[in-house]
Amino acid sequence: MAVVLSIKGLTKSYKPGVPVLKGIDLDFEERGLTAIIGSSGTGKSTLIRIINRLVDPSDGSILFKGLELSSIEGRHLREARRRIGMVFQEYNLVERLSVMENLLTGRLGYVSPMNAWRRKFPPEDVAHALELLDVIGLADFAHQRADSLSGGQRQRVGIARALMQRPEILLADEPTSSLDPKTSVEIMDLLKSQGVNNGIPVVVNIHDVELARRFADRIVGMTGGRVVFDGPPDQLSDDHLKLIYGGEGWLQ
Amino acid sequence: MTQPGAQALPRIPAGRRQPFHSSWQVKLLALLVAAYAVYALGQLDFSYDRFIRGLDNGARFLSRMFPPSYKNWDQLLTGFIESMEIAVLATFFGVLLSLPIAILGARNLMPAWATWPARLIVTLCRAFNPVIVAIVFIKAVGFGALAGVLALVVASIGFVGKLFMEAIEEISMKQIEAVRATGAPFLSVVTYGVLPQVIGRLVGFCTYQLDANLRNSTMVGIVGAGGIGGALFAAFQRFEYDFVLAILITIIAVVLLGEFASNYVKRIFHV
Repeated sequence: MAVVLSIKGLTKSYKPGVPVLKGIDLDFEERGLTAIIGSSGTGKSTLIRIINRLVDPSDGSILFKGLELSSIEGRHLREARRRIGMVFQEYNLVERLSVMENLLTGRLGYVSPMNAWRRKFPPEDVAHALELLDVIGLADFAHQRADSLSGGQRQRVGIARALMQRPEILLADEPTSSLDPKTSVEIMDLLKSQGVNNGIPVVVNIHDVELARRFADRIVGMTGGRVVFDGPPDQLSDDHLKLIYGGEGWLQ
Repeated sequence: MTQPGAQALPRIPAGRRQPFHSSWQVKLLALLVAAYAVYALGQLDFSYDRFIRGLDNGARFLSRMFPPSYKNWDQLLTGFIESMEIAVLATFFGVLLSLPIAILGARNLMPAWATWPARLIVTLCRAFNPVIVAIVFIKAVGFGALAGVLALVVASIGFVGKLFMEAIEEISMKQIEAVRATGAPFLSVVTYGVLPQVIGRLVGFCTYQLDANLRNSTMVGIVGAGGIGGALFAAFQRFEYDFVLAILITIIAVVLLGEFASNYVKRIFHV
């Protein structure tokens, strides 16, 4: 399979001399769900946010389908972001906008600010939004305000918003951390199936090792700003988990 | 052998026993303020005698105001219509200009090279009382309502601009981040990420500013910038105190009406 996203020698320090990421090398292929696991503060979030440049890298290269993302600015960065869908831990919906408006936010990169302001989106975008509302099971919620939804519903809207971009890769930063176990499974299921249906790779940061094992095709374990495990879920042993999270008492 | 009573309380150093802080700086400051107040009273020739005589004059003045006279009602009406026009126009253009200035001045959206000029404009607009600004505009564009409108536009930018800027700085950046992550251009980030979060408060500021402009528009007339203030000042100079009272009562009524109107608008927008 062809490599879609290739990260090489990536480092990031928020404060000089205190690197959060210490040289990450990862390749992502055009299919499959990759789960990145690791304890809090180990740089998972930073890594995923660097890919679409919500955070700027300190050094290293991020090659996305032949495009170097690490140094682009302005219009080129916006055009690159359109191709990368992102799902957030706290959903990050615009609370006072309707579900439909939140979905159409995914098309803002393609619509002029004037037309966006007047809520004039191409009919195929609106049709796509209605279709996605069906997929996420919120067909009757189009006109409800986002802040009236439950956590699980909000995250579904968050995923639909990312899919509205017709992305070439889907990133998810702790998408299940604010949700109950049952909803978490449903959200992971949705991420996985949408990745398969759209033929795009999905990269998910996740705390829950069991969820990662259940849904991922590949697990990347990080600790202290480095990748310490990279392989299929069935190769992830307790020894690896001790290495990733430290200690062992919590495993029993 | 240890006895229960031998467990003495740990010794606390004398300086830490005081339960409350007493700061000599605060005491000194209070003393200085009091001393300056006494000094300033003496400087301004503020004596008990003058105060009593003043009360007497005030009583005579008040008695000459009754009953209020509405015989010049047409003058009153023209003045108020003009004041109303000044207030509405000043609020409209003031808010319109405040929006871009506030967005440019918000430190969570803009780099320093944009925020400091925008903040400087807002600070300058707030620096002077509307009456002083009105005097400047009268010199520039001549007597009349235009000077009043311009003066209150400046005041509106100073007020709405500052409050709106602060409202934008308090929004949730998570929502902005998500809109940015879709590749949206800056103006769309503003209309889809920023405005929905602040629109309710903006409506509140606008109604409040309309209210303030209604009151201020009666005032800028005193220096010749149009509106009911001119009639009020003229009536004072002609010693027509009964007409003065009529104007004052009408001002109170209009301001109260403005308050009801702004409450109504806020209800429509659910703020």
